[in-house]
Amino acid sequence: MSTSDAYYIPHKATWPVVGTAGLVTMLAGFANYLNGSSIGSTMMALGLIVFIVMLTGWFTLQSGESESGMYSTQVGISYRMGMMWFIFSEIMFFAVFFGTLWYTRNLSVPWLGGEGTGAATKELLWPAFEAVWPTNGPGKVGGEFESMGAWGLPFLNTLILLTSGVSCTWAHHGLLAKNRDQLIKGLIATVGLGLLFVTFQAIEYHEAYTEMGLTLGSGIYGSTFFMLTGFHGFHVCVGAIILSVVLFRSWKGHFKPENHFAFEAAAWYWHFVDVVWLGLFVFVYVI
Amino acid sequence: MSAVVAEHDDHHDHGPAKGLLRWVITTNHKDIGTLYLLFALAMFFVGGAMAMVIRAELFEPGMQFVNPQFFNSMTTMHALVMVFGAVMPAFVGLANWMIPMMIGAPDMALPRMNNMSFWLLVAGVLLLASTLFMEGGAPASGWTLYPPLVLQTGNALPFAIFSVHLLGISSIMGAINIVATIFNMRAPGMTLMKMPMFVWTWLITGFLLIAIMPVFAGAVTMLLTDKFFGTSFFDAAGGGDPVLYQHIFWFFGHPEVYVMILPTFGVASTIIPVFARKPLFGYSSMVYATAAIAFLSFIVWAHHMFTVGMPIAGELYFMYATMLIAIPTGVKVFNWTATMWKGSMTFETPMLFSIAFVVLFTMGGFTGLMMAVAPVDFQYHDTYFIVAHFHYTLVPASVFILMAAGYFWLPKWTGHMYDERIGRLHFWLSVVSVNILFFPQHFLGLAGMPRRIPDYAVQFADWNMISSIGGFIFGASQLLFLYVVIHTIRGGTGEKVTAEVWEDAAKHSLEWTLPSPPPYHSFTTPPTVIPTEHI
Repeated sequence: MSTSDAYYIPHKATWPVVGTAGLVTMLAGFANYLNGSSIGSTMMALGLIVFIVMLTGWFTLQSGESESGMYSTQVGISYRMGMMWFIFSEIMFFAVFFGTLWYTRNLSVPWLGGEGTGAATKELLWPAFEAVWPTNGPGKVGGEFESMGAWGLPFLNTLILLTSGVSCTWAHHGLLAKNRDQLIKGLIATVGLGLLFVTFQAIEYHEAYTEMGLTLGSGIYGSTFFMLTGFHGFHVCVGAIILSVVLFRSWKGHFKPENHFAFEAAAWYWHFVDVVWLGLFVFVYVI
Repeated sequence: MSAVVAEHDDHHDHGPAKGLLRWVITTNHKDIGTLYLLFALAMFFVGGAMAMVIRAELFEPGMQFVNPQFFNSMTTMHALVMVFGAVMPAFVGLANWMIPMMIGAPDMALPRMNNMSFWLLVAGVLLLASTLFMEGGAPASGWTLYPPLVLQTGNALPFAIFSVHLLGISSIMGAINIVATIFNMRAPGMTLMKMPMFVWTWLITGFLLIAIMPVFAGAVTMLLTDKFFGTSFFDAAGGGDPVLYQHIFWFFGHPEVYVMILPTFGVASTIIPVFARKPLFGYSSMVYATAAIAFLSFIVWAHHMFTVGMPIAGELYFMYATMLIAIPTGVKVFNWTATMWKGSMTFETPMLFSIAFVVLFTMGGFTGLMMAVAPVDFQYHDTYFIVAHFHYTLVPASVFILMAAGYFWLPKWTGHMYDERIGRLHFWLSVVSVNILFFPQHFLGLAGMPRRIPDYAVQFADWNMISSIGGFIFGASQLLFLYVVIHTIRGGTGEKVTAEVWEDAAKHSLEWTLPSPPPYHSFTTPPTVIPTEHI
């Protein structure tokens, strides 16, 4: 039944401490870098290398264990729960930045413009300020800028991510139907579309910085725009890396219709990234 | 029952590694629980030493020992160390030790991640502690890290922020592990409504942690970019708002204080029935009350911000919503009282601490209700009244219950009995001194003494001196607990303890069906009889 002696309990785990050492070196290095210390970037690079070695080692170990049949169905349920709750925590992380966008657009910027009890303050401190979105505030922080339109590259990117969601599901159907060709083609398409998305976003950022005067420092509009799209773009990169690993393992023939947790987890993550983008497209670009 | 363990081990490598390395690479829930508990105890004394600095400085008016900047660093670091280094890890330690044994599981669901969660905690706390030695000193803005003040921190700022990130990752990993364990590892027949209350409270706390730690991480990330990358999230000149930080922080912060109190409730609901020799009164109402408190914790955050300047509708909403919390909390207090009613009570140390918890936590709850009234809070805000309030809910509540849990389960963990006389001495010294320490702070706050200041007007002198004396006695008394822990681990009174330890405890919960100390792997085959006396 639910707790049987078949539950696999690993022993003597070395990767967790290696990962911790890598992560803390990387972050301490970043902090030193921000404080202007010369060892900062070296520490960051070193920590990152250790962290990547840990990820490679740990996941190789896990997939090896999975391949040798050490995981029962119950272990698989634990992994699925772990992934679900991890994605939930990621949703809460993005919620902070969506919440920030909502609060500034609907509350604090109108207050700066004299709404509520702020009329006298506005007249005395910054009479020329008009509370219209997009804004870089009464101090015009970061100088003149143009806001990013929705119907150029961002719309194209929406189509790209939605298509990649379809190709990911198509690959999953291939896996379930033991159609190896469909699985691998679907995954290649998904990873390719993900990389195309990131490329388009890089072009968009380049345009913002060089032609539109829109930077991370362009007041609250620039802050929310780059923070939301930037963290999302980072997640797309991570998702594409995860899917590449899944592609590699599919090519090696690891997954079976009844046992392919890694594929499922990667697909969930990819759909999560997809849904966040839809939120971004609506609230950052369109509205 | 106890014989089911250890026979099924031969098909994979079991038993701990040799030497100190055992503790570094362990995946065992008991080893990791022990690490968490010992680390939390060490941090309790580190944070306590900082509190002693604070009370020494406040012993008399005028500047005595430390400069104001360092004093503010002490209040900030005391809070961060106690919250993230002592109380939370102590409860995670209890969860690691007890949940698999209580639900009849061999171990936690995700043992490797369990190891990483502990070491990330250590890394995070070390990063935080390192800020004490940096140019510009440790953060001195209070544990809430409000901008713009916190942005004036020196070199410590990015280290403190990354420490929060590490502690957050650690907590999320720990919480995911606990939730997965409770949902996936229960023995057959252990339905959700048969789980011990401690397991229930941790299930709900796990949800809270997964939901709020990313929020805190997001908030401090925005502090980082405002300071170093030119963003304007908390800067009105760029269209941002410093009050936004407070909203985000307290959306994390209010559930966070319940992260520290819900497992406290769980342990109290575990101990009181054993020593009252009765089932817990109103088990299902306890479960629903815990869930209700957790839900309410997400919709009351701005009661920490009544004086910051909010629309009147906001003030009213947050006032009424906050008062609602008194209802499920009252259900709990009445249930504990009803559990003791007409019970065959005995007063061993765990029970003494638990009864003191019920009484003193209720008092902390009532002062909370006073401050929930927005117009009244305008008077109390940022005074010693709030300091007294939350210390009553954390010290004679969370910390007392952690002590109770220590006395309650130490015989189970070690197989040795602690010294009851020293336990009682520890209790009486603690319960008297904690009131000398914190009760006068209510008077100080009502008389208008602000918090987070190293010096004060002379009219506050008497109560401050009394409070400091209470503080020193309380601090010194805790050394008795350290003695008890070491003494018990090293053999205790020499008395051989049974599997049950406490009379009829096995009727309440599964851990008492295992030998004391329990085997390295708790239940390798699931137990067949589920105790239901706690229901």
